Amino acid sequence: MSILVTSQTRVLVQGITGAFGARHTQLSLAYGTQIVAGVTPGKGGQFFEEKIPIFDTVEQAMKETGATASAIFVPPPFAADAIMEGVAAGIDLVVCITEGIPVSDMVRVKSAMAGSRTRLIGPNCPGIVTPGEGKDSHGGCRIGISPGYIHKKGNIGVVSRSGTLTYEAVWQLTSLGVGQSTCVGIGGDPVNGTSHLDVIKMFNDDPETHGIIMIGEIGGSAEEEAAEWIRANCRKPVAGFIAGATAPPGRRMGHAGAIVSGGKGTAAAKIEAFRAAGIGVAETPSEMAATLLKMM
Amino acid sequence: MNIHEYQAKELLAARGVAIPSGEVCDSADRARDIASALLAGGDTLVAVKSQIHAGGRGKGTFKSGYKGGVKLFKTAEEVHAGAAAMLGNVLVTKQTGAEGRLVNKLIVAGAPAIEKELYLAVLLDRVTSRPVIMASTEGGMDIEEVAAHTPEKIFKESVDPAVGLMPYQARRISVQLGLRGDLISQGAKLIAGVYRTWLETDAALIEINPLCIIKGGDGKLKLVALDAKMSLEDNALFRHPDLQGLRDLAEEAPLEIEASKFNLNYIKLDGSIACLVNGAGLAMATMDIIQYFGGRPANFLDVGGGASKEQVTAAFRIILQDPNVKGILVNIFGGIMDCNVIATGIAAAVKETGMKLPLVVRLEGNNVVAGKKTLAESGLTIISGDSMADAAKKVVQDVGA
Repeated sequence: MSILVTSQTRVLVQGITGAFGARHTQLSLAYGTQIVAGVTPGKGGQFFEEKIPIFDTVEQAMKETGATASAIFVPPPFAADAIMEGVAAGIDLVVCITEGIPVSDMVRVKSAMAGSRTRLIGPNCPGIVTPGEGKDSHGGCRIGISPGYIHKKGNIGVVSRSGTLTYEAVWQLTSLGVGQSTCVGIGGDPVNGTSHLDVIKMFNDDPETHGIIMIGEIGGSAEEEAAEWIRANCRKPVAGFIAGATAPPGRRMGHAGAIVSGGKGTAAAKIEAFRAAGIGVAETPSEMAATLLKMM
Repeated sequence: MNIHEYQAKELLAARGVAIPSGEVCDSADRARDIASALLAGGDTLVAVKSQIHAGGRGKGTFKSGYKGGVKLFKTAEEVHAGAAAMLGNVLVTKQTGAEGRLVNKLIVAGAPAIEKELYLAVLLDRVTSRPVIMASTEGGMDIEEVAAHTPEKIFKESVDPAVGLMPYQARRISVQLGLRGDLISQGAKLIAGVYRTWLETDAALIEINPLCIIKGGDGKLKLVALDAKMSLEDNALFRHPDLQGLRDLAEEAPLEIEASKFNLNYIKLDGSIACLVNGAGLAMATMDIIQYFGGRPANFLDVGGGASKEQVTAAFRIILQDPNVKGILVNIFGGIMDCNVIATGIAAAVKETGMKLPLVVRLEGNNVVAGKKTLAESGLTIISGDSMADAAKKVVQDVGA
């Protein structure tokens, strides 16, 4: 198994006709992902690359194609609306790639989503990959912008706030011959749909996941909360890395959520929480995979 | 984006938040006129406040030797002299760093007799993903100190985004702050106004420290926002064209402004090893690994997921303008982007800038073999790193940190 998505998951793409959405839809198709529909209001009835039907609404796309997951590539001013359209249609999973959504939009979205059946991953994230069985992990489910070929089918779960650090960890694993069950980028914004802890719990319950790499960064306290739960409940080895030990306080380091403010959210505090929870701390980002493998 | 105290107070006052009487100005003569009017109107003390985006102004020192970026005066002539000493001079505070900040504007305002100092802030609570009102009876102090030593003196009120701040919540905070009688409704109105400002401007933070109980000329107690610190959320500025004009480029590092023109995310630090990386997380991790192996990073620089040749060249130009830089580490994980395109960009940038500093490049990912070949055949002295650790060790060694 895997978490969140399998190679059979049927995916629709909101914003399939934009340059960014189109490019990554092509890459997902090339990876073997079941992209079954696109949504662009006003372009219903057309086809993407002459084969993927495009609909005006998420509801129509789900009804006609049985899609259960959505990838969002729409620009920031329209992204909150796109998420809520998916939620209203009752889709299982929304993965929002868009970077730059106003925080107040996400505050309202998160509040409105409470009690809904939809799980949101992101925003401002690389998405999800459950590697496939084929060559270069072909045939898996790739929702988002991760490079598919770096993955390999296996038993390590990866969860991270950063895209490129996820790729780094995945590449380290694959280079050592170790595969992944599912890799989840939860995004770099201060308000996101799914936390480290949510994903860790899923990995803990997934029989195919035997070990976990958790990558965090400065800002907020989500890593500390996950560490506390891991200490008491997690049955699987977890290794981690926290980026931003050298970041100056009060400055936003690229990601909207990566900021040490009021002395809170420092790398030192997070690393200490990791250690206290028995999480293997990679001394450098070069050793994320090696640190986990030593524990297994 | 940070804004000045005077700008924050204008936004707050427009939404019903009481602030001391006064005006902003940029000349000593104008400061004297404002002070004369305030003194004639019944104020007995006048505050002159330097407008810079940094705290610790009161205890700061100007490079001229003049002490205090916020001062109280009794006469208009004193105000004139004080304003003349501040305007056009560089103020150094514990938050500005040694380079300090140039003072271009002053607030000249009445300085009422303060009965009590309180603290009020509105910000995002990342744990609940909701706005939170934070208040404390310990005003005028560093709130982090209060939180560390007397957390029971901090009160919080979480706001349900679906209904907004309810009046009872604002009253509850007022009562917790020790306000009584008529001051409770004044407090509730002021708190509602600060929250509304936060919401309507898409602010990241509004901090009123101190919020003061003062005694008015009529002997009645009043609540006023004596100071205001405010930052706006960058992601929401696109829908606030009126607020975009509040940006003060004089408060930003010149290299950071230059970088922002090329959509590069650059933050200057004080080390000697520059780094150029794709992705924010990887860029932070690259700084960390430089420090781990004994070097010091000169900057944070994220060229983004789809960096062009022009961006890479601009990035090199910016890095090289920092005189502290003694070596460069390029760390690219080309997931989707073609490593050979990046390698071509690096080679072109090095040739164009005539750069002679040690350069270590770690390339990984898509089409990496061609990328490494391009660098090897460029005729340039480029040191290749096999992993992040290998590359970091090599650059630290070469710079001789």
